[in-house]
Amino acid sequence: MAHERLSARQYMILGFVAVCAPLGDTCLSRGMTRLPPITLAHPATLIAAVFTPWIAVGIALLIGFFASYLTALSWADLTYVLPATAFGNVIVALLSRFWLQEPISLERWTGILLITLGVGFVAQGPSLTERPTDGEQSFSPSKEPAVQLEQEQLR
Amino acid sequence: MIIPYPAPQPGVWAATAMIAAIVLTSTAGEVLTAAAMKSIGDLDEIRAHSGLKGAIRAVLTCPLFFAGVSFLALAFFALLFALNHLNLSLVAPASASLTLVTNAIAAKFFLKENVDRRRWTAAVLVCIGVYLLAH
Repeated sequence: MAHERLSARQYMILGFVAVCAPLGDTCLSRGMTRLPPITLAHPATLIAAVFTPWIAVGIALLIGFFASYLTALSWADLTYVLPATAFGNVIVALLSRFWLQEPISLERWTGILLITLGVGFVAQGPSLTERPTDGEQSFSPSKEPAVQLEQEQLR
Repeated sequence: MIIPYPAPQPGVWAATAMIAAIVLTSTAGEVLTAAAMKSIGDLDEIRAHSGLKGAIRAVLTCPLFFAGVSFLALAFFALLFALNHLNLSLVAPASASLTLVTNAIAAKFFLKENVDRRRWTAAVLVCIGVYLLAH
């Protein structure tokens, strides 16, 4: 199946998708664990949580993620974009290993390997499902002459 | 100053319900958003023709987009709620890995995406990988 390769700019947008999501989630987690337990009886406390610094930074990063995610979805399949999101976890794990010098267990190295393999699998395939836009594309080339011949015989 | 406050851990069923709520709402949100973006067309091309304002207008005037964002907002608050009651080491891997598989299923049936063997393999590999990495 012939398909257009993504441009460098499109790969950069997928990179933004990958990096902003896990960083934003980490900020949210850090912010939420510092708050007292929130119950459904007082939902307004969830709204107040949005204005605490870590959660605000997390939300800013997630807005950046969402803008690039929407752009990516406009030219690629959901099942193509989602593994890119998951690859962000690998980037964060590698950053924490080589930048923050945090140890990574064998279990996590296995996780990194599996995600990288999965992303590699998807990235090699087409980024967008090809859909026939008009009637003529729904016929295979080998069938077309037969159809034309039948129509000529009918005339 | 905010003092860390350890929350009591809820039971298995409550934890399952919290994670299921995140998975279902985020799958619905992502599929609806993807459908919206496909109906709008290539945002890069729209921006090239009618500028950033035109691209933002194209997104904000699409009703499907608002349906998707509503579900994503529900998923976001379900995540905040769950993070307040459960450990991140449970919520993050469980919801992220399950969402990958439910999204692949939903993309095949609702978006009619060509989820071939390559993409199924990738969804399962990434699902296990995310679980191992975030656990």
